[in-house]
Amino acid sequence: MIDEELVQLLTPEGERVDHPDYASTLSGEQILSMYRDMVIVRRLCTESTSLQRQGQLALWAPIEGQEGAQIGAGRALAPMDFTFPSYREHGIAWCRGIPPAELLKLFRAVSNGGWDPLKYRHHLPTIVLGNQVLNAVGYAMGIQRDGADEAVLTFFGDGASSQGDVLESFVWASSFNAPVVFFCQNNQFGISTPSSTQSKVPLFRRARGFGFPGVRVDGNDLLACYEVTRAALDNARAGGGPTMIEAFTYRMGAHTTSDDPTRYRVDAEVEVWKHRDPIERIKALLVREYRVKPSAFEDIAAEADRQALQLREDVLAMGRPDPLSMFDHVYADDHPLIDEGRREMAALGLGGSH
Amino acid sequence: MATTTMTMAKALNEGLRRAMEKDPKVLLMGEDIGKLGGVFRITDGLQKDFGQDRVVDTPLAESAIVGTAVGLAIRGYRPVCEMQFDGFVFPAFDQIVSQVAKLHKRSEGIYNMAMVIRLPFQGGIGAIEHHSESPEAYFAHTPGLRVVSCATPNDAFWMIQQAIDSDDPIIFCEPKSRYWEKGEVDLDGPPRGLCEAELRREGSDVTVVGYGSSVKTILRAAEAAEAEGVSLEVIDLRGISPVDYPVVVASVLKTGRLIAVQEAPRSASVSSEIVAEVTQRCFYSMRAPGVRVAGYHVPYPPARIEEDYRPSVDRILDAVDQVMGYGQ
Repeated sequence: MIDEELVQLLTPEGERVDHPDYASTLSGEQILSMYRDMVIVRRLCTESTSLQRQGQLALWAPIEGQEGAQIGAGRALAPMDFTFPSYREHGIAWCRGIPPAELLKLFRAVSNGGWDPLKYRHHLPTIVLGNQVLNAVGYAMGIQRDGADEAVLTFFGDGASSQGDVLESFVWASSFNAPVVFFCQNNQFGISTPSSTQSKVPLFRRARGFGFPGVRVDGNDLLACYEVTRAALDNARAGGGPTMIEAFTYRMGAHTTSDDPTRYRVDAEVEVWKHRDPIERIKALLVREYRVKPSAFEDIAAEADRQALQLREDVLAMGRPDPLSMFDHVYADDHPLIDEGRREMAALGLGGSH
Repeated sequence: MATTTMTMAKALNEGLRRAMEKDPKVLLMGEDIGKLGGVFRITDGLQKDFGQDRVVDTPLAESAIVGTAVGLAIRGYRPVCEMQFDGFVFPAFDQIVSQVAKLHKRSEGIYNMAMVIRLPFQGGIGAIEHHSESPEAYFAHTPGLRVVSCATPNDAFWMIQQAIDSDDPIIFCEPKSRYWEKGEVDLDGPPRGLCEAELRREGSDVTVVGYGSSVKTILRAAEAAEAEGVSLEVIDLRGISPVDYPVVVASVLKTGRLIAVQEAPRSASVSSEIVAEVTQRCFYSMRAPGVRVAGYHVPYPPARIEEDYRPSVDRILDAVDQVMGYGQ
């Protein structure tokens, strides 16, 4: 299952391994901080699933199992880099500083966006698979024209890798040498469809055919995901063009809360991946190499619980939007049909003092 | 008033040049628009003067032209995308409808999707399949987009600049059969707002509205009708979405009769919408039901028979007879 070309710096047992091209540069303090991120993001995810089950969210797309890939990639970003997510990049949103409650506006169905994308330099979630990857390449072309020392990191999955928009993005980025890094989380399933249906060759090898490097990294290895992403972003900022990273991981939960993974995968496979958990292996490293005490882990768990509680409170406080708000920001300039719609709705007595 | 005579193609070229000179954030993207100057030569000479970073010869993928324009717009650029032909816009349809039309709303006004998608549309040039289509209704139906069409060189010159200036995404429909027809261009100032309709000919019996290449056909029909003693009022809509209803409604309140002309198939179309809206607003002033003169519900036919498909002077005159004879 694990390819010999897989970049790995930490085994599932939490033991360091050498790699000819990548070395871990993270201090114990940084690793502990990233461990904290992973634990909090997982805890927020669990809370979100509960909120959905309790009828407080319309839907939730769990992240369990992919925290290493996302916190590794997310923490590799420079502040001015821009990220273009799909809809499961909760770990990236966390790294960009987006308050978790803003992330959940979409899933509570009170907004079709949720945050200020320019403030956090994190684009809004994209649900039409692959659209955001082209948008990311365009943004990177803008960086080139501005001569800015910035790069773009964009996310998609093994399912979306079959989309024309993703493949067109590869052509474009290669032709224009755009400063973009394609981060494909191969979590083995597009809802129920296995990644083998999307591609007969390992996904990272597609990059070579488009004229730029592809790297497969152990997506459950935080250290490797960080270093591979950092190197690719540095290369992009230095004018080296695009890189595709395939983070080989596993979606431990369902595609979304509307899904039933027991219909399409076997428990034995899930068990195998449980032993590759991204959080446990970092914990093992922190204990063995940095002598981090149990109390430190307990503190982090307690902080994660506090964050989850806060998220719950924030979500429950999100009321129904003013119906008249649907007419806001459809156009930048005045539009007669917007005025007409607003008048019609107001005449029905709907909406507040908008 | 400084006026000069030029073709619509040249007027578009000059309008693009002015917009690029005025704002360094304006850039053009499309297939073969650089060295070649575009298959219709609309961008002729612009790459030479503004460089490859601002007049971008793209790889051949329409979804990517629009999809990357979205990213450039987020970055603060004002991309002008050329779709080489109307029939090739459909690969980009997803990006236009899913992202371009929605991102201003989804970002609560933070992103401006300030881009123009230029679409050579309608038929009449004897082309092969997929080169003569009228897809404007798909876009007119989509909230978040504006759809406009120019019918004269003067409008081409000014409307393209106004479209580029607009903070909203504009689907800019260019009647390709009129590219090589000359007209006066007033270089001093635009005649009116981007989506405002223009009265091309005053009349008293029937209001006939249309856009793009149909405007000239309607004007020819008006001359023929005048010879038969019927006075047509001709309105060039310019704005397809939104339609400038105050102008259309004022005319129909005067004439009591409406004909809406378009090349696109009739069903669920722009002309259908106009007839419905005007009927609702002018019902008690109307002396006849509104009539649509449109393409038939068939795929655009082979060019040898396209003139039997496109609205002609004769078909418009038949419609005039129909509305004039109603109830008699």
